[in-house]
Amino acid sequence: MKAFFCVILMAVTTYIIRALPITILRKEIKSQFLKSFLYYVPYAVLASLTFPAIFSSTGNMATGILGTITALILAYMEKGLVLVAVLAILIVYFSAFFL
Amino acid sequence: MTYSEYKKGFMTGIPIGLGYLPVSFTFGLMAVQGGIPLWLAVFISLSNLTSAGQFAGTTLILANAGYFEIVLTTFVINLRYMLMSLSLSQKLEPMVTTGKRLVIGFGITDEIFALASLRQGKISAAYMYGLMTTPIFGWTLGTFLGGYTSSLLPDALQNAMGIALYTMFIAIIIPPAKKSKEIRIVIILSIAITCILKYTITAISSGFQVIIATLISASIMAIIAPMNHSDENEKKEVER
Repeated sequence: MKAFFCVILMAVTTYIIRALPITILRKEIKSQFLKSFLYYVPYAVLASLTFPAIFSSTGNMATGILGTITALILAYMEKGLVLVAVLAILIVYFSAFFL
Repeated sequence: MTYSEYKKGFMTGIPIGLGYLPVSFTFGLMAVQGGIPLWLAVFISLSNLTSAGQFAGTTLILANAGYFEIVLTTFVINLRYMLMSLSLSQKLEPMVTTGKRLVIGFGITDEIFALASLRQGKISAAYMYGLMTTPIFGWTLGTFLGGYTSSLLPDALQNAMGIALYTMFIAIIIPPAKKSKEIRIVIILSIAITCILKYTITAISSGFQVIIATLISASIMAIIAPMNHSDENEKKEVER
Protein backbone atom coordinates (compact mmCIF):
# COMPACT_ATOMS: atom_id res chain seq x y z
CA MET A 1 0.00 0.00 0.00
CA LYS A 2 2.88 2.32 0.86
CA ALA A 3 4.46 1.41 -2.47
CA PHE A 4 1.25 2.36 -4.29
CA PHE A 5 1.17 5.72 -2.56
CA CYS A 6 4.84 6.29 -3.50
CA VAL A 7 3.99 5.59 -7.14
CA ILE A 8 1.14 8.11 -7.04
CA LEU A 9 3.51 10.71 -5.60
CA MET A 10 6.07 9.98 -8.32
CA ALA A 11 3.43 10.25 -11.02
CA VAL A 12 2.03 13.53 -9.69
CA THR A 13 5.52 15.05 -9.28
CA THR A 14 6.52 14.05 -12.80
CA TYR A 15 3.26 15.29 -14.26
CA ILE A 16 3.46 18.70 -12.61
CA ILE A 17 7.00 19.20 -13.91
CA ARG A 18 5.94 18.36 -17.45
CA ALA A 19 2.54 19.95 -17.64
CA LEU A 20 3.06 23.25 -15.83
CA PRO A 21 5.51 24.98 -18.16
CA ILE A 22 3.68 24.03 -21.36
CA THR A 23 0.39 25.17 -19.84
CA ILE A 24 1.32 28.27 -17.90
CA LEU A 25 4.76 29.64 -18.65
CA ARG A 26 5.35 30.77 -22.18
CA LYS A 27 8.54 32.67 -21.54
CA GLU A 28 12.07 31.37 -21.96
CA ILE A 29 14.30 30.60 -18.98
CA LYS A 30 16.83 33.43 -18.85
CA SER A 31 19.12 32.40 -16.01
CA GLN A 32 22.39 31.07 -17.37
CA PHE A 33 23.06 29.31 -14.08
CA LEU A 34 19.70 27.55 -14.04
CA LYS A 35 20.03 26.44 -17.65
CA SER A 36 23.51 25.05 -17.07
CA PHE A 37 22.47 23.44 -13.82
CA LEU A 38 19.56 21.65 -15.51
CA TYR A 39 21.86 20.53 -18.30
CA TYR A 40 24.20 18.81 -15.84
CA VAL A 41 21.57 17.30 -13.53
CA PRO A 42 20.76 14.08 -15.43
CA TYR A 43 24.42 13.04 -15.68
CA ALA A 44 25.03 13.78 -12.02
CA VAL A 45 21.93 11.83 -10.94
CA LEU A 46 22.63 8.74 -13.02
CA ALA A 47 26.31 8.67 -12.01
CA SER A 48 25.44 8.94 -8.34
CA LEU A 49 22.74 6.25 -8.61
CA THR A 50 25.13 3.87 -10.35
CA PHE A 51 28.37 4.22 -8.41
CA PRO A 52 29.22 2.64 -6.10
CA ALA A 53 25.88 0.75 -5.85
CA ILE A 54 26.52 -1.26 -9.03
CA PHE A 55 29.37 -3.23 -7.43
CA SER A 56 27.05 -4.85 -4.90
CA SER A 57 24.06 -5.17 -7.23
CA THR A 58 24.59 -8.85 -8.02
CA GLY A 59 25.15 -10.08 -4.47
CA ASN A 60 28.77 -10.89 -5.36
CA MET A 61 31.35 -8.12 -5.54
CA ALA A 62 33.58 -9.99 -8.03
CA THR A 63 30.84 -10.58 -10.59
CA GLY A 64 29.55 -7.05 -9.97
CA ILE A 65 32.93 -5.59 -10.91
CA LEU A 66 33.19 -7.80 -14.00
CA GLY A 67 29.72 -6.74 -15.10
CA THR A 68 30.59 -3.08 -14.53
CA ILE A 69 33.74 -3.36 -16.66
CA THR A 70 31.73 -5.07 -19.41
CA ALA A 71 29.15 -2.31 -19.38
CA LEU A 72 31.77 0.46 -19.38
CA ILE A 73 33.56 -1.02 -22.41
CA LEU A 74 30.35 -1.57 -24.39
CA ALA A 75 29.00 1.86 -23.49
CA TYR A 76 32.30 3.39 -24.59
CA MET A 77 31.81 1.62 -27.93
CA GLU A 78 28.39 3.33 -27.99
CA LYS A 79 26.34 0.13 -28.05
CA GLY A 80 22.60 0.45 -27.33
CA LEU A 81 21.08 0.22 -23.85
CA VAL A 82 19.63 -3.21 -24.35
CA LEU A 83 22.78 -4.80 -25.75
CA VAL A 84 24.88 -3.35 -22.92
CA ALA A 85 22.45 -4.66 -20.31
CA VAL A 86 22.08 -8.12 -21.86
CA LEU A 87 25.82 -8.74 -22.30
CA ALA A 88 26.64 -7.48 -18.81
CA ILE A 89 23.97 -9.78 -17.36
CA LEU A 90 25.36 -12.76 -19.27
CA ILE A 91 28.92 -12.02 -18.07
CA VAL A 92 27.69 -11.75 -14.48
CA TYR A 93 25.60 -14.92 -14.84
CA PHE A 94 28.36 -17.10 -16.26
CA SER A 95 31.21 -15.68 -14.17
CA ALA A 96 29.20 -16.49 -11.03
CA PHE A 97 29.95 -20.18 -11.66
CA PHE A 98 33.67 -19.51 -11.22
CA LEU A 99 33.95 -16.56 -8.81
CA MET B 1 -7.57 17.84 -41.15
CA THR B 2 -7.30 16.92 -37.48
CA TYR B 3 -7.35 13.23 -38.34
CA SER B 4 -4.54 13.54 -40.86
CA GLU B 5 -2.48 15.45 -38.28
CA TYR B 6 -3.12 12.68 -35.76
CA LYS B 7 -2.08 10.08 -38.30
CA LYS B 8 1.15 11.93 -39.10
CA GLY B 9 2.03 12.06 -35.43
CA PHE B 10 1.08 8.42 -34.98
CA MET B 11 3.35 7.26 -37.80
CA THR B 12 6.25 9.34 -36.44
CA GLY B 13 5.75 7.82 -32.99
CA ILE B 14 5.88 4.16 -34.04
CA PRO B 15 9.70 3.83 -33.95
CA ILE B 16 9.73 5.40 -30.47
CA GLY B 17 7.12 2.91 -29.25
CA LEU B 18 9.09 -0.02 -30.64
CA GLY B 19 12.30 1.34 -29.11
CA TYR B 20 10.59 1.55 -25.73
CA LEU B 21 9.67 -2.16 -25.69
CA PRO B 22 13.06 -3.63 -24.66
CA VAL B 23 13.77 -0.87 -22.15
CA SER B 24 10.39 -1.17 -20.44
CA PHE B 25 10.72 -4.96 -20.61
CA THR B 26 13.88 -4.66 -18.52
CA PHE B 27 12.09 -2.30 -16.16
CA GLY B 28 9.22 -4.75 -15.66
CA LEU B 29 11.66 -7.57 -15.08
CA MET B 30 13.67 -5.60 -12.55
CA ALA B 31 10.66 -4.21 -10.69
CA VAL B 32 8.85 -7.55 -10.30
CA GLN B 33 12.06 -9.36 -9.48
CA GLY B 34 12.71 -6.76 -6.78
CA GLY B 35 9.31 -7.43 -5.20
CA ILE B 36 6.91 -4.97 -6.86
CA PRO B 37 3.63 -6.70 -7.84
CA LEU B 38 3.10 -7.04 -11.59
CA TRP B 39 0.03 -4.77 -11.66
CA LEU B 40 1.93 -2.05 -9.80
CA ALA B 41 4.91 -2.28 -12.16
CA VAL B 42 2.56 -1.80 -15.10
CA PHE B 43 0.82 1.06 -13.29
CA ILE B 44 4.21 2.74 -12.64
CA SER B 45 4.97 2.75 -16.37
CA LEU B 46 1.50 3.92 -17.35
CA SER B 47 1.38 6.73 -14.78
CA ASN B 48 5.01 7.90 -14.84
CA LEU B 49 6.13 7.36 -18.44
CA THR B 50 9.80 8.12 -17.70
CA SER B 51 12.84 5.94 -17.79
CA ALA B 52 15.47 7.29 -15.39
CA GLY B 53 12.83 8.86 -13.14
CA GLN B 54 10.75 5.75 -12.57
CA PHE B 55 13.80 3.48 -12.46
CA ALA B 56 15.24 5.61 -9.67
CA GLY B 57 11.90 5.93 -7.88
CA THR B 58 11.33 2.18 -8.02
CA THR B 59 14.86 1.52 -6.75
CA LEU B 60 14.08 3.80 -3.80
CA ILE B 61 10.71 2.12 -3.13
CA LEU B 62 12.49 -1.23 -3.05
CA ALA B 63 15.06 0.26 -0.64
CA ASN B 64 12.12 1.32 1.57
CA ALA B 65 12.94 5.02 1.28
CA GLY B 66 10.68 7.73 2.69
CA TYR B 67 8.06 9.70 0.72
CA PHE B 68 10.04 12.92 0.79
CA GLU B 69 13.19 11.31 -0.63
CA ILE B 70 11.18 9.68 -3.39
CA VAL B 71 9.43 12.89 -4.37
CA LEU B 72 12.63 14.93 -4.24
CA THR B 73 14.60 12.39 -6.29
CA THR B 74 11.82 12.15 -8.89
CA PHE B 75 11.68 15.92 -9.00
CA VAL B 76 15.43 16.40 -9.49
CA ILE B 77 15.79 13.67 -12.10
CA ASN B 78 12.82 14.90 -14.10
CA LEU B 79 13.61 18.60 -13.82
CA ARG B 80 14.90 18.64 -17.38
CA TYR B 81 11.34 17.99 -18.62
CA MET B 82 10.59 21.52 -17.50
CA LEU B 83 12.93 22.81 -20.16
CA MET B 84 11.42 20.57 -22.80
CA SER B 85 7.91 21.51 -21.76
CA LEU B 86 8.87 25.16 -21.92
CA SER B 87 10.40 24.74 -25.34
CA LEU B 88 7.37 22.82 -26.66
CA SER B 89 5.03 25.51 -25.38
CA GLN B 90 6.66 27.88 -27.88
CA LYS B 91 6.37 25.29 -30.63
CA LEU B 92 2.66 24.51 -30.20
CA GLU B 93 0.09 26.43 -32.20
CA PRO B 94 -0.86 29.40 -29.98
CA MET B 95 -4.58 28.56 -30.07
CA VAL B 96 -4.10 25.16 -28.44
CA THR B 97 -6.27 25.33 -25.33
CA THR B 98 -5.16 24.86 -21.74
CA GLY B 99 -7.08 21.58 -21.48
CA LYS B 100 -5.24 20.16 -24.47
CA ARG B 101 -1.92 21.40 -23.16
CA LEU B 102 -2.58 19.53 -19.91
CA VAL B 103 -2.95 16.29 -21.91
CA ILE B 104 0.10 16.95 -24.10
CA GLY B 105 2.19 17.68 -21.00
CA PHE B 106 1.77 14.09 -19.87
CA GLY B 107 3.47 12.78 -22.99
CA ILE B 108 6.68 14.79 -22.88
CA THR B 109 9.56 12.31 -22.89
CA ASP B 110 13.06 12.84 -24.27
CA GLU B 111 12.26 11.03 -27.51
CA ILE B 112 8.80 12.50 -28.07
CA PHE B 113 10.22 15.93 -27.39
CA ALA B 114 13.11 15.32 -29.78
CA LEU B 115 10.83 14.30 -32.66
CA ALA B 116 8.31 17.06 -31.98
CA SER B 117 11.06 19.68 -32.00
CA LEU B 118 12.49 18.36 -35.25
CA ARG B 119 9.23 18.98 -37.08
CA GLN B 120 9.10 22.11 -39.21
CA GLY B 121 6.84 24.94 -38.10
CA LYS B 122 4.17 24.99 -35.41
CA ILE B 123 2.61 21.75 -34.26
CA SER B 124 -1.01 20.95 -33.50
CA ALA B 125 -2.53 19.16 -30.52
CA ALA B 126 -3.72 16.33 -32.80
CA TYR B 127 -0.17 15.74 -34.01
CA MET B 128 1.06 15.53 -30.42
CA TYR B 129 -1.71 13.08 -29.47
CA GLY B 130 -0.70 10.88 -32.39
CA LEU B 131 2.95 11.10 -31.47
CA MET B 132 2.24 10.04 -27.86
CA THR B 133 0.06 7.04 -28.69
CA THR B 134 2.47 4.23 -29.58
CA PRO B 135 5.18 5.22 -27.07
CA ILE B 136 2.69 5.11 -24.17
CA PHE B 137 1.34 1.78 -25.39
CA GLY B 138 4.82 0.31 -26.00
CA TRP B 139 6.15 1.47 -22.65
CA THR B 140 3.23 -0.13 -20.77
CA LEU B 141 3.12 -3.35 -22.80
CA GLY B 142 6.89 -3.89 -22.47
CA THR B 143 6.64 -3.51 -18.70
CA PHE B 144 3.87 -6.09 -18.52
CA LEU B 145 5.79 -8.59 -20.65
CA GLY B 146 8.99 -8.10 -18.64
CA GLY B 147 7.21 -8.40 -15.32
CA TYR B 148 5.27 -11.45 -16.47
CA THR B 149 8.44 -13.18 -17.67
CA SER B 150 10.33 -12.41 -14.45
CA SER B 151 8.89 -15.26 -12.38
CA LEU B 152 9.80 -17.79 -15.08
CA LEU B 153 13.54 -17.07 -14.80
CA PRO B 154 15.93 -19.20 -12.69
CA ASP B 155 17.29 -17.64 -9.46
CA ALA B 156 20.91 -17.34 -10.68
CA LEU B 157 19.76 -15.37 -13.70
CA GLN B 158 17.53 -13.19 -11.52
CA ASN B 159 20.58 -12.33 -9.37
CA ALA B 160 22.54 -11.42 -12.46
CA MET B 161 19.64 -9.22 -13.59
CA GLY B 162 20.27 -7.03 -10.55
CA ILE B 163 22.96 -5.24 -12.52
CA ALA B 164 20.70 -4.49 -15.51
CA LEU B 165 19.47 -1.11 -14.43
CA TYR B 166 22.91 0.21 -13.58
CA THR B 167 24.44 -0.94 -16.85
CA MET B 168 21.72 0.97 -18.66
CA PHE B 169 22.59 4.10 -16.71
CA ILE B 170 26.20 3.55 -17.77
CA ALA B 171 25.12 3.16 -21.39
CA ILE B 172 23.23 6.46 -21.11
CA ILE B 173 26.00 8.61 -19.61
CA ILE B 174 29.21 7.26 -21.17
CA PRO B 175 28.67 8.24 -24.85
CA PRO B 176 28.04 11.94 -24.07
CA ALA B 177 30.89 11.83 -21.54
CA LYS B 178 33.25 10.77 -24.32
CA LYS B 179 32.43 13.95 -26.19
CA SER B 180 32.26 16.47 -23.37
CA LYS B 181 34.90 17.18 -20.75
CA GLU B 182 32.32 19.04 -18.63
CA ILE B 183 30.08 15.98 -18.52
CA ARG B 184 33.02 13.80 -17.53
CA ILE B 185 33.85 16.15 -14.68
CA VAL B 186 30.27 16.37 -13.39
CA ILE B 187 30.05 12.56 -13.41
CA ILE B 188 33.33 12.16 -11.48
CA LEU B 189 32.37 14.89 -8.99
CA SER B 190 28.98 13.34 -8.39
CA ILE B 191 30.44 9.86 -7.81
CA ALA B 192 33.13 11.26 -5.50
CA ILE B 193 30.55 13.10 -3.39
CA THR B 194 28.31 10.01 -3.27
CA CYS B 195 31.23 7.89 -2.02
CA ILE B 196 32.22 10.46 0.59
CA LEU B 197 28.65 10.63 1.88
CA LYS B 198 28.24 6.87 1.81
CA TYR B 199 31.43 6.00 3.64
CA THR B 200 31.80 8.91 6.06
CA ILE B 201 28.32 10.15 7.02
CA THR B 202 26.62 6.78 7.07
CA ALA B 203 23.42 8.17 8.58
CA ILE B 204 22.34 9.62 5.20
CA SER B 205 20.02 7.34 3.24
CA SER B 206 20.78 6.43 -0.37
CA GLY B 207 18.09 8.72 -1.77
CA PHE B 208 19.54 11.76 -0.07
CA GLN B 209 23.06 10.79 -1.10
CA VAL B 210 21.90 11.05 -4.71
CA ILE B 211 20.12 14.34 -4.17
CA ILE B 212 23.01 16.00 -2.31
CA ALA B 213 25.63 14.72 -4.78
CA THR B 214 23.54 15.98 -7.71
CA LEU B 215 22.82 19.41 -6.29
CA ILE B 216 26.46 20.02 -5.35
CA SER B 217 28.11 18.66 -8.51
CA ALA B 218 25.67 20.23 -10.97
CA SER B 219 25.88 23.59 -9.16
CA ILE B 220 29.68 23.56 -9.18
CA MET B 221 29.73 22.82 -12.90
CA ALA B 222 27.03 25.40 -13.65
CA ILE B 223 29.25 27.99 -11.97
CA ILE B 224 32.65 27.03 -13.38
CA ALA B 225 31.47 25.83 -16.81
CA PRO B 226 28.16 27.47 -17.76
CA MET B 227 26.68 26.37 -21.08
CA ASN B 228 27.03 29.01 -23.77
CA HIS B 229 24.40 27.99 -26.24
CA SER B 230 20.86 28.40 -25.08
CA ASP B 231 19.53 25.59 -27.25
CA GLU B 232 22.07 23.12 -25.90
CA ASN B 233 19.85 22.38 -22.91
CA GLU B 234 16.88 21.51 -24.98
CA LYS B 235 18.45 18.87 -27.12
CA LYS B 236 17.77 15.36 -26.04
CA GLU B 237 20.90 14.38 -24.28
CA VAL B 238 20.26 11.69 -21.78
CA GLU B 239 17.73 8.99 -22.30
CA ARG B 240 17.24 6.84 -25.31
